Amino acid sequence: MSLANSIYSTLFRKNYTMLATVFAAGFAWEIGFNSTMDKIWDSNNRGRQWKDIRHKYVEGGDDEE
Amino acid sequence: MLARSCLRPARTLNGLRNAAVNVSKRAASTSSGAEASPARLNIAAIASTTLAAGSLAWYYHLYGPVAFASAPAEEGLHATHYPWVHEQFFKTFDHQALRRGFQVYREVCASCHSLSRVPYRALVGTVLTVDEAKALAEENEYPDEPDEQGEIPMRPGKLADYIPAPYKNDEAARFANNGALPPDLSLIVKARHGGCDYIFSLLTGYPEEPPAGVTVAPGMNFNPYFPGTGIAMARVLYDGLVEYEDGTPASTSQMAKDVVEFLNWAAEPEMDERKKMGMKVLVATSALWALSVWVKRYKWAWLKSRKLAYDPPAETKVRR
Repeated sequence: MSLANSIYSTLFRKNYTMLATVFAAGFAWEIGFNSTMDKIWDSNNRGRQWKDIRHKYVEGGDDEE
Repeated sequence: MLARSCLRPARTLNGLRNAAVNVSKRAASTSSGAEASPARLNIAAIASTTLAAGSLAWYYHLYGPVAFASAPAEEGLHATHYPWVHEQFFKTFDHQALRRGFQVYREVCASCHSLSRVPYRALVGTVLTVDEAKALAEENEYPDEPDEQGEIPMRPGKLADYIPAPYKNDEAARFANNGALPPDLSLIVKARHGGCDYIFSLLTGYPEEPPAGVTVAPGMNFNPYFPGTGIAMARVLYDGLVEYEDGTPASTSQMAKDVVEFLNWAAEPEMDERKKMGMKVLVATSALWALSVWVKRYKWAWLKSRKLAYDPPAETKVRR
């Protein structure tokens, strides 16, 4: 209960801290969710995507396209 | 353990007996004296059932059967369904296969079929590196800006240019192919019933010689999967026709499979990204759904778990 109270008083009591918390949490969630999903996707499609076979065909320096 | 399992049948029997008693009680309390006679009820039920079934049968007779205007030969043989990995929900294209398929397109199909909606830049990062795509684009010439005299000089191709068509226009294509127009292959997987299965079956389905009793028009070839069975394109894929750079044995079916996957990519270059986004949407919406179920149960808990008790008035307070 004290934890919930302290969270409320530090983050959600004032409107601007609440807004900042919501925006920051949104950003953090988006980044975390997307990178997790991309990792799952890449492991499910290991060896099938271009980035998995690109090294066989790029010559010389690792120049980006 | 044994004792407990012995007890169970007795208990179920008890339950049965109670249920039977309850049923008879309820029937006795709810049945009223004034009812239609069973014979009339039966006749009414039989008549209405007959009417319903008869009208269903009549409706199906009128509108049910599908009318096939064509003979089976004109429809074409139904393509076999193959378990394409890239058609699974969460699988991308196999880009090694796309690269082989592009090689097959370039060395075999491109002599007659155009791929006019695919620019060289789309190949970069999918089947070719930048340098390969640039080198490939520079092999062709494209009209440049007009110079000061209004003449249009030719320039080597750039990444932004589209893959050139083998013929100048449809008339030239028809003239070169005995009157038949080789279709553009950019969207062919989307444009044909059966998609990948149909094209694979068509490419690999040429028999050695047409079956007995079939007349093939001059200049045409027999393919059971092509609607009408007479196709102007002859069989083109033979074992060992291409030499794959990655050492894959170039059998007929391997080349057909690779080129079909490549053509599917040409028709749906956004597929990988679309499926990845779909996976994210499914995960997010199922989490939100579970959350909403939990919230509903939480909010309804007091209503679902309440107990109603009937407290009858004391006997002495009932007025008679």
